[in-house]
Amino acid sequence: MIAVHSWAELSVFLAFFALVTVMGFIASGWKRADNHAKLDEWGLGGRQFGVWITWFLVGGDFYTAYTVIAVPALVYAVGAYGFFALPYTIIVYPFIFVVMPKLWKLAHSKGYITAADVVHGTYNNRFLELAVALTGIVATMPYIALQLVGMKAVLSAMGLQGELPIILAFLILAVYTYSAGLRAPALIAFVKDLMIYVVVIVAVVIVPMKLGGYGAVFSAADAAFQVKGGNTGLILKDAQMLPYATLALGSALAAFMYPHTLTGIFAARSANTIRSNAVLLPAYTVLLGLIALLGYMAHAAGVKVSSPTDVVPVLFQTLFPGWFSGFAFAAIAIGALVPAAVMSIGASNLFTRNVWKAYVNPAVTEAGEAQVAKIASLVVKVGALACIVFLPTKFAIDLQLLGGLWILQTFPALVFSLFTRWFRAPALLLGWLVGIGWGTVTAFSDGLVPVHKLVFGGDTYAIYVGLLAFAANVVVAVIANLVLSAVSPRPVSSQA
Amino acid sequence: MRWLLILPFIGLLWVPFYNFMEPQLFGFPFFYWYQLLWVPLTSLITYVAWKAGTEE
Repeated sequence: MIAVHSWAELSVFLAFFALVTVMGFIASGWKRADNHAKLDEWGLGGRQFGVWITWFLVGGDFYTAYTVIAVPALVYAVGAYGFFALPYTIIVYPFIFVVMPKLWKLAHSKGYITAADVVHGTYNNRFLELAVALTGIVATMPYIALQLVGMKAVLSAMGLQGELPIILAFLILAVYTYSAGLRAPALIAFVKDLMIYVVVIVAVVIVPMKLGGYGAVFSAADAAFQVKGGNTGLILKDAQMLPYATLALGSALAAFMYPHTLTGIFAARSANTIRSNAVLLPAYTVLLGLIALLGYMAHAAGVKVSSPTDVVPVLFQTLFPGWFSGFAFAAIAIGALVPAAVMSIGASNLFTRNVWKAYVNPAVTEAGEAQVAKIASLVVKVGALACIVFLPTKFAIDLQLLGGLWILQTFPALVFSLFTRWFRAPALLLGWLVGIGWGTVTAFSDGLVPVHKLVFGGDTYAIYVGLLAFAANVVVAVIANLVLSAVSPRPVSSQA
Repeated sequence: MRWLLILPFIGLLWVPFYNFMEPQLFGFPFFYWYQLLWVPLTSLITYVAWKAGTEE
């Protein structure tokens, strides 16, 4: 079970992991208000995070461990196509700038904690609220599971095989999230991001120096793709351009519909905190672009792996002394804990507010809400852990693809009302149903690949299936709304 | 100035603009440095749209 790769590596790793664990427990007292037994406090950190904390929190929870492992893995395997994460994480910011301050203001003035709160408050429709809440909870589970995939990759590279180390790491996470709520990941994100920055800056400077410069890195990768053939290479094949652009757009629209990213937004102190972050957060995207290049550096370093998720760990072990790879692996593993904690908090906020309070106990007190959410966060984490222990990894990754498709279908219900009150709840609900239904069936019948081929006038167009489902969703919602307006005109008084 | 915010979408989602190897910069093919360049550019555009806007 345990065949330690390097004791120096493991010691450094464990030391940093211990440091972060201690911080997690300290966090429960950090910036604490008097009424801790309130969901605002536990689940949104008291809505008082300023520009810098929000920057670390959202950055730490949007750029996950899976990004650090999976993006370079895809780039290693196929080349340019794997870079769609780069345009995706650029265009997401103008979108955040336009939409999220509006959403924050609404949530802040009405005391909303979740996306489904917003939807219920806007449309006064329990079915639409439930649709948004359940989509959020279900879409988050595989996302948490993927954080574990990232963590597992570094643990097994260090020689810690099997499920026990992951289970231990998750127990620690569960306990400190339970006691400190959103404050724990916010404080840890600070340390984790500094560590990731150090690792990446060292890697992007030292690795090319060892391998003969970026020119050499790109030509080594080019040579590898020439041998490999197929849809690989340093630039996109013609047929890959549309999938590349639609994956980037669809992912950008979906990214901030997730409970964990919205939690980061709602926890901000003001609308201007969010605007500042729309300007400052792209710094992480530079990092992401450079991390992606690790996939090419692996080719230049002659790294050969059977599973692409091992590319980054093996590259670090090939090029760096044990103590530094231990530091890097600690950064990646802690980088898994931060988003996993925020995700479980976001999902449990949804459960508490929009399932428990709506259907089980409408009379729940504020203290009761916080208690239910804490327990729900444990259940969500155990669920994710079960995914990873009992299901094949491939299945978690496939579910994550579906998760992105699903969460995108909550976009119209959540975002459209910020700009127009034309849509009515039944129309949005029908659109959601068609988007989820058509998207899921199509993704399964395509064998769970992200791109669906449309034949149109003799030509074939390959488009991200989530974006197609979103288009279907919007079209159905518009048509249904037109029909609805014709059948029963809205009373004038509701046009408040 | 809000219309400026559409520029990153056009610049990045119309892939035929930048799907080339040449010209290279510091060893980076065009495809890579062009997209990386849009990161600071988008920050700048967002900042300009914010400060030039009338909201708050």
